[in-house]
Amino acid sequence: MSAPEQCRIIFRHIDEPGYSNDLACYVRHGGYEILKKSVAMKPEAIVDEVKKSGLRGRGGAGFGCGLKWSLLDRKSGKPVYLIVNADESEPGTFKDRYIIHQDPHQLLEGIMITCFANNVKLAYIYIRGEFPHGARILEKAIAEARAANFVGPNILGTAYGCEIYIHRGAGAYICGEETGLIESLEGKRPNPRIKPPYFPAVLGLYQCPTIVNNVETLCHVKHIADMGGEAFSKIGTPGNTGTRILCVSGHVQHPGYYEFEVGKITMGQLLNDVCGGPLPGRKFKAVIPGGSSAKILKFGERFKGKRKVGAEMVDYDWGVEDVPMDFDSLGMIGTMGGSGGVIVMDDSVNMVEALANINAFYAHESCGQCTPCREGSLWMKKITSRMVHGTARTEDAALLKSVADQIPGRTICAFGEACSWPTQSFLAKFGDEFKQYPETKKAAKPAGALELV
Amino acid sequence: MNLKLETLTKIDEVITHYPEKRSATLPLLHLIQEDVGCIREEAIEWIAQKLGLQPINVYEVVTFYPMFRRQPIGRRHIKVCRTLSCALMGGYKTCETFEQEFNTRAGPTEVSPDGEVTVEFVECLASCGTAPVVLIDDELHQKVDCAKAKQLAAQIKAEAKK
Repeated sequence: MSAPEQCRIIFRHIDEPGYSNDLACYVRHGGYEILKKSVAMKPEAIVDEVKKSGLRGRGGAGFGCGLKWSLLDRKSGKPVYLIVNADESEPGTFKDRYIIHQDPHQLLEGIMITCFANNVKLAYIYIRGEFPHGARILEKAIAEARAANFVGPNILGTAYGCEIYIHRGAGAYICGEETGLIESLEGKRPNPRIKPPYFPAVLGLYQCPTIVNNVETLCHVKHIADMGGEAFSKIGTPGNTGTRILCVSGHVQHPGYYEFEVGKITMGQLLNDVCGGPLPGRKFKAVIPGGSSAKILKFGERFKGKRKVGAEMVDYDWGVEDVPMDFDSLGMIGTMGGSGGVIVMDDSVNMVEALANINAFYAHESCGQCTPCREGSLWMKKITSRMVHGTARTEDAALLKSVADQIPGRTICAFGEACSWPTQSFLAKFGDEFKQYPETKKAAKPAGALELV
Repeated sequence: MNLKLETLTKIDEVITHYPEKRSATLPLLHLIQEDVGCIREEAIEWIAQKLGLQPINVYEVVTFYPMFRRQPIGRRHIKVCRTLSCALMGGYKTCETFEQEFNTRAGPTEVSPDGEVTVEFVECLASCGTAPVVLIDDELHQKVDCAKAKQLAAQIKAEAKK
């Protein structure tokens, strides 16, 4: 079966000739009409539409957006803040960059609708430090929107007002973790906070109720306010509604970003039909489906079990190519949809070296607050890096596993899981390659061989 | 502290964006680093005083975030992405090419002998679909293989002579 057509809702105007990122162009394409419609509605009604839509957060965890909003402590009398997580830094993910650069007003409209729905008077866009142009584009877009009365006091002649400010990060991956991000916005080191009690919905920014949403999620809010929650819920598959931007990188013919209805496309269709298959003379070996923290999948392995289709339970027997790209299906086969970053590796890649590359990332990015993560991520880096550059031993596989197994569940934030899942899954799927690595190393490397660490 | 008037104006403006002054720590560090090139002891003390903090509160932030530096670097800052997607497409070779072209080693505090560039091997720059990528100052360059790296290096060298 060939791949379905892309369904570009959020990326509708991305790369469109003549489409520019200024307010005039956005307004010409119907921009801010949905905000106008929204401010005439009751805020609760918008929240209800988002709940009905079934929208799940696009940052990584896939948590229900409407549910997240409904957890807000609205009785405390404290102000409610919105923080836009534009700290896009999960390796393999590059969707927010294009929204920010090419269609910033779409994001701002989504933000303003979200703020109005949740009575937020002050919103921050936390953008990663490595997007200096993106930050300037957003600054300009906010100024334009403010001048046109879409942002700021008394928007569109109503009594409601809301300010949006840009806050730039400075190169730390951990700021993508929502409580770490809040600490960073407060001017501190981004050490994540322990939950409970510091659930952002109750004790977030300045100990006030706070919503933290991903860029893509907030763009979806705009379209939900437009078409209504029920219509949105019909896009995609039940429980995995709407569209999803899949970012494909690594060893395929046509890497890039593609927007599909969630769950309507399989991994095989995405990689073979949409991305043109493997590079000439190569075969796919492995794929990480949702950002580098997601557990790796090995081409050739099979996944069997029962799944719910409608009201019935049916058997499934999938190869990697058959897996639908949605949160639940990827979760069922032991990995995750995560941030939508699909990293593909072909048979030229040695898995010990690929893991050594990933481990170097996590060792660099651990905030250092919890011992198992700070030490464990560094040990995993040192072991894999020694295997590649120094002496490799057959017992290193078992050693790596024992380190990785002692991290998850023992840390304040999910970074503990994120840094150990690659090692655990590489060993589970490619354990033989690790055990044989001392032998593999003895053979001379071909000239121009890929270097990964 | 000798800050440009423009920087001082921006600093006073950005502090008003936050209900609590401490939040302005990162924006102030960015503004000062953009103005004077790095964050020296005196900047840490100046920010602390400006925001009503202890110098340690600012110092611990400077030492945590990779983008803040405590000493000056080369005139141009070449950041090559090291992370998996770029590495799979030859990022290590790209970095090596820049090292050779400028007779330097990659590192956040290294400066090429002519003082012209600092080459740094950084983590994911979020443009994995056009790997390998390189950020030169504020400008992103995509699909930078060895040939393109040499071309960019030549361009930087030519601009330096002007």
